[in-house]
Amino acid sequence: MSDGTTLPRLLSNAGPADPASLDRHLAVHGRTVLPSRRGVSDLIETVKRSGLRGRGGSGFPAGLKMQAVAAAPRRRRRVVVANGAEGEPASLKDDALLTRSPHLVLDGIAVAALAVDADEALLCVKAGPESPAHLLERAIAERSPIDRVIPSVVEVPNDYLIGEESALMNFLNTGRALPTFVPPRPFERGVGGRPTLVQNVETLAHLALIARHGAEWFRGVGVGDDPGSILITISGAVGAPGLYEIPGGMPLGALVDHVGGYSGPVQALLVGGYAGSWFSPERAGQLPLGHAAMRARGGTLGPGVLTVLSAGACGVAETARISRHLADHSAGQCGPCAFGLPSIADALERIAEGTGEPGAHRWIEHWSAQVSGRGACHHPDGAVRMVASALLLFADDVTRHETGDSCVATATERRTPADSFPPGSTRR
Amino acid sequence: MTTLGINPIACEAHGLCAELFPEWIALDEWGYPIIDERPIPAGLLDHARRAADACPTLALKLQSKRRSDLEGHA
Repeated sequence: MSDGTTLPRLLSNAGPADPASLDRHLAVHGRTVLPSRRGVSDLIETVKRSGLRGRGGSGFPAGLKMQAVAAAPRRRRRVVVANGAEGEPASLKDDALLTRSPHLVLDGIAVAALAVDADEALLCVKAGPESPAHLLERAIAERSPIDRVIPSVVEVPNDYLIGEESALMNFLNTGRALPTFVPPRPFERGVGGRPTLVQNVETLAHLALIARHGAEWFRGVGVGDDPGSILITISGAVGAPGLYEIPGGMPLGALVDHVGGYSGPVQALLVGGYAGSWFSPERAGQLPLGHAAMRARGGTLGPGVLTVLSAGACGVAETARISRHLADHSAGQCGPCAFGLPSIADALERIAEGTGEPGAHRWIEHWSAQVSGRGACHHPDGAVRMVASALLLFADDVTRHETGDSCVATATERRTPADSFPPGSTRR
Repeated sequence: MTTLGINPIACEAHGLCAELFPEWIALDEWGYPIIDERPIPAGLLDHARRAADACPTLALKLQSKRRSDLEGHA
């Protein structure tokens, strides 16, 4: 653990022992390091120096976020919200962290709570039959003697929009998982109107290790603006799909090699999840897997999700399916999104089925322009970006579908990205 | 400098704003306003104010920004 260049860091708790065991956690990671009252501003400077970026999808510098909440007027009571309820369908990382390294996340919450002087912490997890709430409550109970703030586990709806910060805040405040029109932002008025630090559980896990080992250690892997390690879920036509911890900035092609290469001819990769962008294999191979790097290329790493589409599948059909999912998950609060996304999804489905008229894709471009930037949140913007990248990459297929030719793949059964994981494929 | 801003959640496509201030506000095919984002010329401010006042859901608002705020917007 003291060698800054080895991975894994977050996923090093492999093995059959009880993940809720505090002793096991301390044996792997060493003693939890918490800043003293006077050391808090040093800690925030350390986090800023580390370059840690939010791992929930935004890539926003964590140190700046912590600083903003810590800077709230003294008399205001602060809250830490740990978001472990990832809504991205193909992502495995939050579930894996919570069930394999819960104490790392809980350490991160403890560090964050001290850094922003919070007296309350909420750990949000997905409700449902596989909810990690029980395990987390056991882990919390085991460490309650050492925690100044005892986190409350909150089960939230398993919904795509819960990854949107304002929707999570709204759910915690009112029970409605709907985005709100910001400002105010959570660091000013969040849970109960209080200054709130919202961080993804992976970000908090990294924070726990930065508190132990420092900024230079964190930067011992990764490159430039994307230091540290990142959890990536890769699914689809590769040898060993699953969850991997990589150095920030690792070329995507190198990760593909690491996971056994492509499992056959590949036509495209979706980088960044459902609101990401489609790339050709040639271009994708050179993409650096980092938030800053992807943003610099007009894309997004999002929650670190990569989907590999085999040559035998239909890119237009996959895009139509994802577009429909995004349309279905619109909060429906803003007209352009509520009307525009279903219009786009309808048109894509007709193109995929070969029942659209020639030039139908121009309607999609028209609606996309009407929708972009006109919602209260970025949901429609992500959908439009994903579709635009598809129309570009799959242009030939679109033309063939519009002129009545169908492709071989349209007739085959569509698979969701999550279906492509063999059982037990979450791995280091 | 004054601009017109909209809260897209509060907006319910009543369309009164576009009727009162067509120079600045158009409606998309679903009836929702597309608003010019530039500062409003002094001669049109009255129309802007009337449009904001007419909105049944208070979705449309006049916003005052200093020049430096506008230029700093990413």
